[in-house]
Amino acid sequence: MTTTTPPTPPAHTLDIQGLRITLPGTARPVLDGVDLTVSTGETVALVGESGSGKSLTSRSALRLLPPGAVVEGTVRVGGEDVLAMNAAQLRTVRASAAAMVFQDPRASVNPLRRIRDFLTESATLTGAMSRADATVRATELLQAVGLDAAVLRKYPGQVSGGMLQRVVIAAALMGDPALLLADEPTTALDVTSQAEVIALLAGLRARFGTGLLFVTHDLDLAAAISDRVYVMYAGRIAESGPAEALFERPRHPYTAALLASTPRMDGPRGRLAAIDGQPPDLRQELHGCAFAARCPLATEVCDQQVPLPVAAPDRPGHLAACHHSDRLEGSTVDAR
Amino acid sequence: MTAVLTRRPGLSRIRAAGSPLHLVCLALVAVVVLAALFAPWLVPHDPNAVDLGNALAAPSAAHPFGVDAAGRDTLSRLLLGARTSLLGPLGVVAFSTAAGIAVGTAAAWRGGWIDSVLSRSTELVFAFPGMLLAILIISVYGEGLLAPVIALAVAYLPYVSRLTRSLVLAERARPYVSAYQVQGHSALQICLRHILPNIAPVVLAQSTINFGYALMDLAGLSFLGLGVPALTPDWGRMVFDGQTAIQHGYPLSAILPCAFIVLTVVAFNVVGERWADRVARRDR
Amino acid sequence: MPDNGPGPRETVLEVTGLRRSYGAVRAVDDVSFVLPEGGSLGIVGESGSGKTTTARIIVGLERADGGKVLVAGRNRTARGEGRGRVRRLARAREVQMVFQDPYLSLDPRTGVEAALRETLRLHFPGRDHARRTRELLDQVGLGTRAADALPRQLSGGQRQRVAIARALAVEPSVLVLDEAVAALDVSVQAQILNLLADIREQTGIAYLFITHDLGVVRCVTDEIVVMRHGRIVEAGATPEVLAAPRHPYTRLLLESVPRPGWDPEAIAAARRAL
Repeated sequence: MTTTTPPTPPAHTLDIQGLRITLPGTARPVLDGVDLTVSTGETVALVGESGSGKSLTSRSALRLLPPGAVVEGTVRVGGEDVLAMNAAQLRTVRASAAAMVFQDPRASVNPLRRIRDFLTESATLTGAMSRADATVRATELLQAVGLDAAVLRKYPGQVSGGMLQRVVIAAALMGDPALLLADEPTTALDVTSQAEVIALLAGLRARFGTGLLFVTHDLDLAAAISDRVYVMYAGRIAESGPAEALFERPRHPYTAALLASTPRMDGPRGRLAAIDGQPPDLRQELHGCAFAARCPLATEVCDQQVPLPVAAPDRPGHLAACHHSDRLEGSTVDAR
Repeated sequence: MTAVLTRRPGLSRIRAAGSPLHLVCLALVAVVVLAALFAPWLVPHDPNAVDLGNALAAPSAAHPFGVDAAGRDTLSRLLLGARTSLLGPLGVVAFSTAAGIAVGTAAAWRGGWIDSVLSRSTELVFAFPGMLLAILIISVYGEGLLAPVIALAVAYLPYVSRLTRSLVLAERARPYVSAYQVQGHSALQICLRHILPNIAPVVLAQSTINFGYALMDLAGLSFLGLGVPALTPDWGRMVFDGQTAIQHGYPLSAILPCAFIVLTVVAFNVVGERWADRVARRDR
Repeated sequence: MPDNGPGPRETVLEVTGLRRSYGAVRAVDDVSFVLPEGGSLGIVGESGSGKTTTARIIVGLERADGGKVLVAGRNRTARGEGRGRVRRLARAREVQMVFQDPYLSLDPRTGVEAALRETLRLHFPGRDHARRTRELLDQVGLGTRAADALPRQLSGGQRQRVAIARALAVEPSVLVLDEAVAALDVSVQAQILNLLADIREQTGIAYLFITHDLGVVRCVTDEIVVMRHGRIVEAGATPEVLAAPRHPYTRLLLESVPRPGWDPEAIAAARRAL
């Protein structure tokens, strides 16, 4: 999937700066200084393992935060700070400016209501559209996601998981959002339906110019579909940059190790280069680099100083938060 | 957890009112239970000692809650009455819980025709009023605590068995049960060692709620003069004995047992429902 | 992957003509394959392909309408084999299973050591269970510290290690792994896959790997069976099938694996055409 960057300097539809979220009863912030941007019409992948904070980051764009969360930093959607909004403004953002597609389509659709109701509900409830207009728009969008209007009369239980995820995507597009947040939208689907949903998202982006933040644990999927990739580890951005550069020449040992530990079709068969140990617990305070305990390159400085994101010498858009980025390139850790 | 406790409506608002009420109810349950346990040593007078000269006397130092129409000390009768009034529901709950768990587990685990037969027959019991069943059994077997306890236990059994059935069905669908089956454990072992301990808190919470209702039903039967023998101190019986006194303008000996019945039922319900709520929260 | 020497190996698991219908749906339709001793066979397919039903019939959680499952020449599916305790335990020692969801496949109230002991007591009464428990925990890379833990105190990877240890405790000749690494994070998944490879090398146990992930299949299996709508569409040696798939469905599955320069549009079209 190649992209054509818009000629004008892109406005950021999503701009997260210095986001830090602390939950009650934890020793360290769940998100610790996250900077992330998504431009108009851009596909950005946010990659990380469970507990890395990737879902929370995407949810913060709609201020869907867990109870008791203490938040610092700014989250701008279309230039407006979501964190500073009142309830009415927030509703507007959620209804139109940004929309979210969750992992499990079955869990995000009421099984007892027809798909027509699911699609038109939010538009008619906010008074943005009449029921008839909403139905017309829903029919258009269903066609855009490759479904027949007959689906409108069906119940969620009567369609397959892949079809239902397309319904969910159509519902997300009802408010003409400039930003689409997709949280593992294909994880619950079969591999062949995954391709279909991805193709659909790519087509919609080309057609509507929607910015897409794609949250996933699958590095290869991220590489295949996105313009830029952020890799998260323990609540921090470990590495970010253009997809190709990041996967061909990773500058953070965690990215390199993840790439090496993924079983894939073109690598060597047999044993994988597993990363020993586990991600740090939330009850555990971090003094230096979060990955230091599992990192083959770690030295004393890694345990004491939090590494700051530094650009690669020849690639200004490729940032890695590692004290030893320069030792990594071309080293043994780089499995590719 | 998909199963929902069977609750009769009306108490949800009290339950939600916050924790001080819960503590008060817990204390009340404790006091009533302790009173029942230690009643023989606590009573100031023989509960059946008739002193007609002193009938319907007002509260005094010797009789803090006064004296009833037959001249018996109300406090002593209340304390000893707590024993029968709690023992009856205890029997109902013990029997209905044990039998209900057995029936519900068997129905859920074996499925098929066993499930159909057991479920239909518990529904049959559901359709038949418990009180009516009790009156029927008492009219056949005569006076005594056992007959109404058995009748009510049968009437309460469907509440427990239906809950157990749905809980076991949900638990059975979990892979850990399949894992034990693959490991070669027998169905009985899996049910007793793994499924029952996992569903026990919910079932026991339901039984605590049932306790309050059984107490009320048994008191009702006693009031009708059924069940408890005439001379045995019992709260329901005391209300029955005191109704003529009310007409004569001496309400204390009837109103006090009434109040105790109501407070105890409410206390057991609040404690049980709070327990059920906590179990539900933990499961989420 | 270990090559267990030249020449044909003994067959440990043989499935012939397995059938199972739910109403009008043929969930498993004439499925046959063999698994050699110490071998590793992958069953690949999407949801609804019948791969999980096949696995559940093999371990005995589901009944077959027809066909045979033979373990070391003994028929597991035959009726009238008796439901007695001896037969039940013998069946358990033939095939064990590791389930997909590490969060639900352990009893939340039973600690790690207690779970292992329970199994050991059932199958090997009178042996030194403390030593064997330590051995098993060691084998799956869990320290003694994990022994006292309840499942909820463990991470997903650790729980899956416990599930593997519990299956190994029975000393089965075949281990069925039903999407056993699908719910795990990539780095943890690699640890578990390596662990499984080590265990096979050490014990000579045979694996039946049920998965939708072709990367995983390629990494841990010798042979592969591709299932679709309850039927086997292609079978063969893993490297050969993945390098040169013959059935269009296998090709579609392979093309669906995301990689740079991936064309989801073409896959979607191919899927509709199939």
